Amino acid sequence: MTEQLAPSVEELARVDELTTRFPEVVTPDTRKGYEGYIVRPENLIEVATYIRDEMGYDFLANLCGVDYLPENKMEVVYNVFRTTGGRGLTFKVQTPRDSSSVPSLTPVYPGADFQERETWDLLGIRFEGHPDLRRILMWEGFNGHPLRKDWREPFFEEEGKPFKSRWPEGHVYRIEDKNPFANNVAYPEGFDPDQWEPENDARLYESLRRSVKELYSDLDTEIIMVNMGPQHPSTHGVFRIAVALDGETVLALKPVMGYLHRNHEKIGERNTFLQNMPFTDRLDYLSSMSNNFGYALAVEKLMGVKPPERAEYLRVIMAELTRISNHIFAIGMFLNDLGAYFTPALYAIEERELILDIFEAVSGSRMMCNYFRFGGVARDLPEGVYDKIYKLVYDRLPRRIDELDLYLTNNEIVRSRTEGVGVLTPEQAIAFSEAGPVLRASGVPYDIRRADPYSIYDRFDFDVAVRYHGDTYDRYLIRIDEMRQSIRILQQAVRDLPEGPIQEGKPQYQVRVPAGEAYGRVEGPKGELGYYVVSNGKPNPWRYHVRAPSFINLNAYETMCVGNKIADVVAILGSIDIVLGETDR
Amino acid sequence: MSDMKQENINSTHYDIPLELQNQVAITTLDKIYNWGRRSSVWPLMFGLACCAIEMICTAASRYDLARFGMEIMRPSPRQADLMIVSGTVTKKMIPQIVRLYNQMPEPKYVLAMGACASGGGPFKEGYNVVSGVDRYVPVDVYVPGCPPTPQALLHGLITLQRKIDAQSIKDVRWYRKGEIAEIPIPVYGPDLIDPRQIEIIKQQTRQQPAAEQMEAASAEAQA
Ligand code: SF4
Repeated sequence: MTEQLAPSVEELARVDELTTRFPEVVTPDTRKGYEGYIVRPENLIEVATYIRDEMGYDFLANLCGVDYLPENKMEVVYNVFRTTGGRGLTFKVQTPRDSSSVPSLTPVYPGADFQERETWDLLGIRFEGHPDLRRILMWEGFNGHPLRKDWREPFFEEEGKPFKSRWPEGHVYRIEDKNPFANNVAYPEGFDPDQWEPENDARLYESLRRSVKELYSDLDTEIIMVNMGPQHPSTHGVFRIAVALDGETVLALKPVMGYLHRNHEKIGERNTFLQNMPFTDRLDYLSSMSNNFGYALAVEKLMGVKPPERAEYLRVIMAELTRISNHIFAIGMFLNDLGAYFTPALYAIEERELILDIFEAVSGSRMMCNYFRFGGVARDLPEGVYDKIYKLVYDRLPRRIDELDLYLTNNEIVRSRTEGVGVLTPEQAIAFSEAGPVLRASGVPYDIRRADPYSIYDRFDFDVAVRYHGDTYDRYLIRIDEMRQSIRILQQAVRDLPEGPIQEGKPQYQVRVPAGEAYGRVEGPKGELGYYVVSNGKPNPWRYHVRAPSFINLNAYETMCVGNKIADVVAILGSIDIVLGETDR
Repeated sequence: MSDMKQENINSTHYDIPLELQNQVAITTLDKIYNWGRRSSVWPLMFGLACCAIEMICTAASRYDLARFGMEIMRPSPRQADLMIVSGTVTKKMIPQIVRLYNQMPEPKYVLAMGACASGGGPFKEGYNVVSGVDRYVPVDVYVPGCPPTPQALLHGLITLQRKIDAQSIKDVRWYRKGEIAEIPIPVYGPDLIDPRQIEIIKQQTRQQPAAEQMEAASAEAQA
């Protein structure tokens, strides 16, 4: 992505606009390899409001913190975009490491809610004015903020891989043997287990109760609190939902997550750049190829390399096959949630298996493909696979999608359970930073493949699927539409697939990544999947953050559910389509 | 079903009169007891992470778990015999897993599916990851892989059936006298607290913080 290194005319004009409007408050970020502006924390809300209202950047895609330990400061990075399309804008605020605190952006971008909670949880940056600043991934009472650079996990070995114990001398030992508890735990000095009061979710229920009061202050009925999950068949994994009910009607709802928090980002900062590739597979484990794509783009942006033609086509083919397999699975599981126990899912899984066979042939693994490399892909198509893909996209999949459509779309029960349920208006969808099918089902035709094309998506002829009611039914329909568009892209890509190399330069285990920051994003099956990567020129990334669509789409979950029945909570969750590996990371 | 063939059932060294053959079967109690149990293991419907997706695929038509009488996945632990721990076990989730295990009635089995459930897997070093579910609940079968393919999971289940076949009603734990002790449920502390480790924790935190010890240990390892 070399063309992005030179600032465009538009960008230069923007510099003028922000810095002249806010002299001294906004300064361009002049560090080498960095872009955007640094805003004074006191004026953050004012500047953000201006950026949203006057400059039109209405979509807060990514918010994350970075711990610059050597400079002794914390930085919060905001990536905003226009839902009408085009490139984004980055702005940052800085705050000292100890007692770090910045104003909350929830009044300007309500979608900042969960991301700010995550930043507080993992980095310990306080967001003044946040309405509900609780930990989100770890439990209340956990010792410290794990993503701080000086925080060490109990199984800490070294700052960066490869660990010396493995390579080159290789005196491997089991880390358990070094830990006094022979387990992955550590406790602060002076901790007395007898005095410890375990967390009892008091703050969660308090926050739940608070939301109820705001909504129905004049009612005097008994309110029941119900917990669904983390072990519940309809939550698609280990997800917990706390709801306040009046009879069957939902008054307030709080998602509780972190039950699959696998410390992706902390491990990612110990790994080398390439070692992170297989870890991205395990984010949204239903669409590993798309995850690879986003990460490869972010690092390629830093490195300034571009994959050769054939690799670009292979990437697009794999990413679109992934989208189909994800959507078809999502629809099957969604019908499961509606009560059509497993029959539609069996139809869906049958098609997914065919796509998995292709993935297994090209990458060696059904689910964890680890197929992308910086500047290319890992392997070329083995013999016979091209024909398989050809038959699939020209013959079988279009027929099967029509079949699914025929069986389900006009089904009486599906329609009465979903139409008008869980409505999200376009304004709400944008404000809550919803992305992907959820956003487009609410009438916002925003698809990164079209709005800010990456790879070679600008060459293909396809429509951005959009639906206008914003209800659960439309969120189902949009997935059928998107599969049809993916088929169109696939047919063109398969037809035009050129011969040639699949990797720019020599394949390398250890890549040199120049210092700087990059935000790479793709339109994943679940929505905007972004990677914010900071390199300081070392073999390991200094900061590695994933903008997970499953996580951020949950911002609007409460709004969609309130006023509906408890059974709809399940249907609505199915229509958002979350994968816990990505939600919790 | 293979061991319900006549030769197998009748191999108890009792002579069956000719006219009663094909009408009377003589077998041992163990055999018939185990045959019943191994052919209708009901797994707990419960997925943790990526491996759960492969578990779903195993249950679907292509790999067809129903061949083993295991297609009835129960969402309630009270009705399940087998807990397939399909995915990464986190510290935040382990109290719930132990609770589910305690709620399952005997006889019960645990199958650790995948690298994560067996030993922490790729995420082992993570601060919120339990390095293997066997630190808290006893595991009967381990299935390697990341994720194990459906074939591997099926192999694991067949291995479990073998294990069931080898058990004897005389000495299984659920027919012994006395109650089977429940596993103490871990507590969310500044880090996860295993109630069985309280004494060691007290000793350690009184001396010096574990972090420093770890540092010393890793310095030692590097030297
Ligand atoms: S073993 Fe691999 S596939 Fe299974 S849960 Fe762990 S990371 Fe996911």
